[in-house]
Amino acid sequence: MEATAALPAWRANLATIAAMMARARNELVRVPGAAIPGVLAPTIFFLGLNGVFGALIQLSGFDANTYEAFIVPISMLQGAGFTGAAAGVNMARDIEQGWLDRLLVSPAPRWVLLAGTVLGASTRALLPATFVLAIALALGAGFPGLDGLFVTYAMVMAMAAVAACWGSFLALRFKTQSAAPLMQAGMMALILLTPAYAPLALLQGWLQDVADLNPVTEVVEAARQGFVGTVTWADTWPGLVAVAGLLALLGALALRELRRTGR
Amino acid sequence: MSSLATNIRVVRALGLRSIRQTFRRPQLIAPIIVFPTLLLAIQTGGAGGAVELPGFPPVQSFLQFMLAGAMMQALMLAGNSGGIALAVDIEMGFTDRLFAAPIPRFAIVLGRLAGTAALGLFAALWFLAIGLIFGAEIESGVPGALLAIFLVTTAAMAVGGIGAAIALRTGSASVVQGLFPLVLVVLFVSSAFFPVDLMIEPAKTIAEYNPLSLVVEGIREPIIAEIDAADTLYAVLAILGIVVFGLLLSARALRHRLRVG
Repeated sequence: MEATAALPAWRANLATIAAMMARARNELVRVPGAAIPGVLAPTIFFLGLNGVFGALIQLSGFDANTYEAFIVPISMLQGAGFTGAAAGVNMARDIEQGWLDRLLVSPAPRWVLLAGTVLGASTRALLPATFVLAIALALGAGFPGLDGLFVTYAMVMAMAAVAACWGSFLALRFKTQSAAPLMQAGMMALILLTPAYAPLALLQGWLQDVADLNPVTEVVEAARQGFVGTVTWADTWPGLVAVAGLLALLGALALRELRRTGR
Repeated sequence: MSSLATNIRVVRALGLRSIRQTFRRPQLIAPIIVFPTLLLAIQTGGAGGAVELPGFPPVQSFLQFMLAGAMMQALMLAGNSGGIALAVDIEMGFTDRLFAAPIPRFAIVLGRLAGTAALGLFAALWFLAIGLIFGAEIESGVPGALLAIFLVTTAAMAVGGIGAAIALRTGSASVVQGLFPLVLVVLFVSSAFFPVDLMIEPAKTIAEYNPLSLVVEGIREPIIAEIDAADTLYAVLAILGIVVFGLLLSARALRHRLRVG
């Protein structure tokens, strides 16, 4: 006890975050089935979309060599979205089972509890992303280069954090796992209302307008650049700004709900 | 009261219960309507340029082409959702009480399927309305729309039979829920979202032999062209095949459920 009390606040906070991340990791090891939907869904979407819409590459204006290369960043981001939403579902389960109440009476600040959940989701998102990428590379999507890979993974982890904030916000708001479809559908819409299936110029009118306004379009373009061309700072920084903005907004909403919880 | 009339009353009561259950729980209705509507909007907007590809069938718009795919997705999810609800009934002990009641066992399954069929009907009306609102025309007019509604409703019931069989066999809602990705797989390897001739191998070959492609084409034909007797017949035969398959599975699963309790 004395040793814990002697810990500086920042170290205690880091230890709490690490413990919550370890809990998320342990679930993967102890309940492997829990990770299957997050891995399976983006893989099915990747293989399915490629098999169904692969001929779109023949349209003039497509800026990729293969449809696999064009679509794989979307599937990786979808995996991140599902993983983040799953973090929200897990939080709702923790609320239903009373586990969150126990966390709330601990001396850990609320933002630390949220950070542990969000960073846990970011780390877990690496699993579906790597699985889908391996399949895509095996099917002929070109290697995006180390810089391209780095940017794609950074965007995947950031989107998982965004999705976890969204999921946590809804979990804290509705306090039930029944909100799961809303968590998943929200992220699915955010990621697919972008140039997901075709370049911006080839989208139909309304979707082009929505994609223009959707900040995740910048995330998609940043994640995709290594697969369809070369990585540039000009295509990277808008993605970073977009995820930072989304994290700030959804993180603030989730934190506000967490602060209200139990009061 | 004759036994037939009693059975009809039981099926009606259980069917109404399953419809109310679905509309009261957003988590059951959301996958049936929200996901297919979302995908319809996104795929229509994202892949709409596909109609310019050589070999694409003549259609008014990609939305018109995609309506059948969205209905197919919704009816498959309705069947899955019905299976989940039946499995929840088993987990909660409600089905045991029905088994102990003086009603025929098939009425329990049929009641659930009546609810699934109603959801299929709702999905068909929903997507036809969406199509009409956003400018898609039903080329064969009211008869074509009625045919599409009939095929979607009966196909939902047929697919629901398979969902019910799995629910009866496993008695686990999470197992039936786990079939959701499989629904997507089966749909992707059919002509639900794209013409078979333009699909990439191996999806193309699988789609050619997938009976769901026959159902989709039966629903799509009256929307994008005139009613085609051959396409309609193939769709009806495919639905009948699924019904027989579902009935056989359900009968076996019901025997198993009564044996293990």
